[in-house]
Amino acid sequence: MAVTEQRKAGLDVERIRADFPILSRTVGDKPLVYLDSAATSQKPRAVIDAEREFYERHNANVHRGIYMLSEEATELYEEARVKLASFIGATDPATVIFNRGTTESINAIAHGWGRKFLKEGDEILLTDMEHHSNIVPWQLAARATGATLRYLPITDDGLIDLSTLESSLTDRTKVFAVTGMSNSLGTLTPVHLLADAAHAVGAVLVVDGAQLVPHVPVDVRVLDCDFLTISGHKMLGPTASGGFYAKRELLEEMDPFIGGGHMIHEVYREYSTWNDVPGKFEGGTMNIAQEVGLAAAVDYLQALGMQNVRAHEEEIAAYAIERLQDAGARIVGPVDVSKRGGAVSFVYRDVHPHDVATVLNEEGIAVRAGHHCNQLVMRRFNVAATTRASFYVYNTRREVDALVNALGKADDVFGA
Amino acid sequence: MALDDIYKEVILDHYKNPRNKREMPGAALTHSKNNPLCGDEITVFADAEDGKLREVSFVGQGCSISQSSASMMTETVAGKTVGEVEELTANVRGMLSGDVEPDEDAFGELVALKGVVKYPIRVKCAVLAWDVLQEALSQGSSSAAAAH
Repeated sequence: MAVTEQRKAGLDVERIRADFPILSRTVGDKPLVYLDSAATSQKPRAVIDAEREFYERHNANVHRGIYMLSEEATELYEEARVKLASFIGATDPATVIFNRGTTESINAIAHGWGRKFLKEGDEILLTDMEHHSNIVPWQLAARATGATLRYLPITDDGLIDLSTLESSLTDRTKVFAVTGMSNSLGTLTPVHLLADAAHAVGAVLVVDGAQLVPHVPVDVRVLDCDFLTISGHKMLGPTASGGFYAKRELLEEMDPFIGGGHMIHEVYREYSTWNDVPGKFEGGTMNIAQEVGLAAAVDYLQALGMQNVRAHEEEIAAYAIERLQDAGARIVGPVDVSKRGGAVSFVYRDVHPHDVATVLNEEGIAVRAGHHCNQLVMRRFNVAATTRASFYVYNTRREVDALVNALGKADDVFGA
Repeated sequence: MALDDIYKEVILDHYKNPRNKREMPGAALTHSKNNPLCGDEITVFADAEDGKLREVSFVGQGCSISQSSASMMTETVAGKTVGEVEELTANVRGMLSGDVEPDEDAFGELVALKGVVKYPIRVKCAVLAWDVLQEALSQGSSSAAAAH
């Protein structure tokens, strides 16, 4: 039954699982059930091999040495940029900036664009479902510029409350920063609609793509977002890989974030001129091997097909939500899987999420318990914390069953 | 079963039937703190008389470990001098970091928390109430010093 459904979705999950060495390990005497891909995904052998091969055969600094190794390293690094650009539909690879991922990217945007162009009286529009990394950098930019922060609320169903969009997005709004998919609620947001609304008032749209890009087909030409952040480690790539996309004119006009080697054109005693895009944003020795590893992750995901990835996650999220609800858990977030991804937050009876996670760990199940860097969401739904199970290409219905069965052990301990 | 190491009967009993869980309006010492990792929060109320803690209570919400630790704490520290409480707090921290072998007479039911050592991420839950009490006491002594 499960196999048939997964075939229909186009992913051969058992074959995929064989590509991930870590999935064959145990926790104590239990097989690992990894349900925390929203925090970081596991890595297929192809990614691990790509990173190792880089170090074993091609390691050198990029854009520097006049020798073969450095040329090879540069070629692999720039090839990774071409692949990542193509993956998100960016026609110009130079519009993809490498860095450690979404947190660094939003800081780079809030600093390099925000502090340069925001001024007193301007407004930054966020939503209550933003990750702290899409709130705090804007608070810092607001403090530095005198701009003010506004927030769109969340509906009871866990969606962005669009009824307040028109009144919140005004000619004072200069930037609208929104997640593409909430990391705690799982909510998919209507990015294209939000981009149109932002552009209608002359604001730029920044999309936190940390959860979106790994799980849903993304084309920046269709979304028409101005900025899109990418966390490579959440899409099968190495930690500290990824970066952000921005429209070329924005990259040209904004300031760099990290000053140092390579990001300059000329340095004088009093000032410097900047390297061309993307070099302007890549000061210092970069995460070369990690971006090369990310290129292998992109290849892997493209071979699976992002439509198939999305279909698989919709199917497994639907199954998980149904089984969790039957077991007495309350889902925090949308239950309509067409409006959400595979990060499923829940509260199990009156057992505290930390206790749930400890009980699940004894069964080899890795979930996240806490506020998920979403304190505004926790306050909105009047919970201190939730337990979150998040799914990816390698997860099975059998693992959902293991999760639900293990929740029964919480009943044994806490008499819930 | 390994879960028995952390979820001992004593802990579950204090979690389900917390002792001294009430506000104490007008208490000499009141202090609140939360664990930013999980959102657990605890407020401790304490009344002191002749250098001894006469009555200690708490309110808060959180996991079984943070709440049971708070409950046990209120029972254990009542009647002790500030110096004795500070020494006990240091020993509880030592037990939870695996550095101190608990003296069963001095610790009483608190020995039940020893199993938390095996769950490093949960140690913060167990020490939360003790952090709150310690900060309450140090604020109490600094405000007393300021009054002189």
